[in-house]
Amino acid sequence: MSIQMGMTRRLALAAGIGAMMGAAPALAQAEIKIGAVLSVTGPASFLGDPEKRTLEMEVEALNAKGGLLGRKIRLIVYDDAGDANAARTFATRLLEEDKVSAMVGGSTTGTTLAMVPAFEDAQVPFISLAGAIQIIKPVRKWVFKTPHTDTMACEKIFEDMKKRGAVKIGMISGTDGFGKSMRDQCVGVAGKYGIEILHEESYGPRDTDMTPQLTNIKNKAGVQAVINPGFGQGPAIVTRNYRQLGITVPLYQSHGVASKQFIDLAGPAAEGVRLPAAALLVASKLPDSDPQKKVVTQYTADYTKKTGQPVSTFGGHAYDGFHIWKQAVERAKTDNPAKVRDEIEKTKGYVGTGGVVNMSATDHMGLDLSAFRMLEIKNGDWTLVQ
Amino acid sequence: MERLLRNRWALVLALALVLAALPLVFPSNYYFRVAALVNIFALAAIGLNLLMGYAGQVSLGHAGFMGIGAYAVAIGASRFGLNGAVAMLAGAAIAGLLAFLVGRPILRLKGHYLAVATLGLGLLISMTLTNEAGWTGGPDGMAVPRLELFGLRLRGPDTWYMISAGALVLGVILALNLIESPTGRAMRAIHDSEIAARVVGVDVAAYKLKIFVISAIYASIAGSLMAFLNGHITPDGTAGFLRSVELVTMVVLGGLGSVLGAIVGAAMLVILPQALTIFHEYEHLLLGLIIMASMILLPRGVIPSLLARLRGGGA
Repeated sequence: MSIQMGMTRRLALAAGIGAMMGAAPALAQAEIKIGAVLSVTGPASFLGDPEKRTLEMEVEALNAKGGLLGRKIRLIVYDDAGDANAARTFATRLLEEDKVSAMVGGSTTGTTLAMVPAFEDAQVPFISLAGAIQIIKPVRKWVFKTPHTDTMACEKIFEDMKKRGAVKIGMISGTDGFGKSMRDQCVGVAGKYGIEILHEESYGPRDTDMTPQLTNIKNKAGVQAVINPGFGQGPAIVTRNYRQLGITVPLYQSHGVASKQFIDLAGPAAEGVRLPAAALLVASKLPDSDPQKKVVTQYTADYTKKTGQPVSTFGGHAYDGFHIWKQAVERAKTDNPAKVRDEIEKTKGYVGTGGVVNMSATDHMGLDLSAFRMLEIKNGDWTLVQ
Repeated sequence: MERLLRNRWALVLALALVLAALPLVFPSNYYFRVAALVNIFALAAIGLNLLMGYAGQVSLGHAGFMGIGAYAVAIGASRFGLNGAVAMLAGAAIAGLLAFLVGRPILRLKGHYLAVATLGLGLLISMTLTNEAGWTGGPDGMAVPRLELFGLRLRGPDTWYMISAGALVLGVILALNLIESPTGRAMRAIHDSEIAARVVGVDVAAYKLKIFVISAIYASIAGSLMAFLNGHITPDGTAGFLRSVELVTMVVLGGLGSVLGAIVGAAMLVILPQALTIFHEYEHLLLGLIIMASMILLPRGVIPSLLARLRGGGA
């Protein structure tokens, strides 16, 4: 029993020491501190993991070159595991304990929105890596974001549909967070492009057969194209069922499935499917004249070499966030949060993995539709639609 | 020491003193926030412990009630213009009413069936909050307007630490009173043997229902406080299944049937993930190890096992 008592005491001691070490503020003044609360584990780890690896890689590379303004950069990463409540606690910790001068993080819209009040109160710039438009609309003084929005994906698709003369369309969407959000955005901007949605269907994220819904769309007279906002395996099943039913009008998928895995899952049925995607995914297919060619091939090479894993757009968002911040610090010649914020807002012509960024006082994202490329699947691979 | 832990008023006094003294040593708002979270989760865990530790009923959907409390203050204030405090009480009433309505059929079930039914209830609440995007903002959540009381806008972790500490002390007093009341004795009888309790004339179904409603109200108040503290809530963060599991873990870790145990369990699960971040990649591994070690070495939960040790060691 005394041994057990000893062990519990040691355990308590260990926890106590841990808490104290976490609180120790003894850090060199010369370092520039930047924080990142990311969903490295948990359901959103597919976002947070590449983001963390990217930030670590970029900070390491910059420090090897002597850092920023002659000072080393210290990156402090906390894992919120996708929990908005934990994200808020870590945000408070970054601001109150670690005293970071900026934050590049927030993997999901939920965690980002939970952290926003903390950064606004503390007046520290926060570059979010999450998708939803609510983050920057209405414009918040201290909050920016790097990823494109779902609305832009809808617009890119509608633009391409119009070019091909398809204005009466059918829509089938997943009921998961991504599918639902994008569906709403698409319905919202359809009118702007003169697109009329004749028929709408939906499916659950774990459904294994979408034939009934697609039959309804097939039987609806006048449908000239079909759009499928969705994420995960659902769109692959939709694509296969689509070919099985012999539907001949063009099928559009979303940027949510812009990965090799989709082509593998959908097989030959994926031939001719079009979808919008970031330039990063087709780095090797971009013409040399493309302004993004250099940055996306460089990032792809660095990331694959460092991690042994294929690049994802999510890591690219972190790359862009870090470099927008870095350039702002260089221009401001200080890491003073207020001055850096002003410089971030003045970002013009930054060429990143997500597109060309031109921010302003009213636009804290700064991307336009050119951030997306329209791709078509041919012979089991992506091709650029000119 | 043991007598001190046994005497309920000494416990309340000690808790109040500790909670009042802590702000003197807190160096920053970060500590206030973490401590406020401990208070809030302790409140929910105390309620759940009444149900699990005294009435012997498992609930795997208790975060659902936290979600109701959290969204009540968010929706009540932003859509109906209610004062936050009124909305909090409305949330508690809704959670209690829901527990009453679904409790009756659910609490007829036993063992695994009961666990599955409460699990389903929690998932339903979480799904409703996720899907009714027009009201709740969907999976990305919604902002919570700041609470205004007597013309003061309550914000900042230090303020909410004070409020949550007050709520916790109140919650502890009510729980201890309940345990010592005839209801408490009936609950313990049900926990030990339902048949025996029924034989001596305890209305088992009525008591189970009563305690289910009370624990739902505890969770709802905790959810409201969390919403005020955070200023932004999401369905997963308040009502998600993992949150329910976390609450059950707090209760079991700290000690079934111990009010102090619920507080200790909540403190461990809130503070450890913060303390362990210095171990970077290994933090989750270490958290798991500590929980496992604690369950192996202190199988009845931290507080009951330590009490038993003290009693054994002192004799």
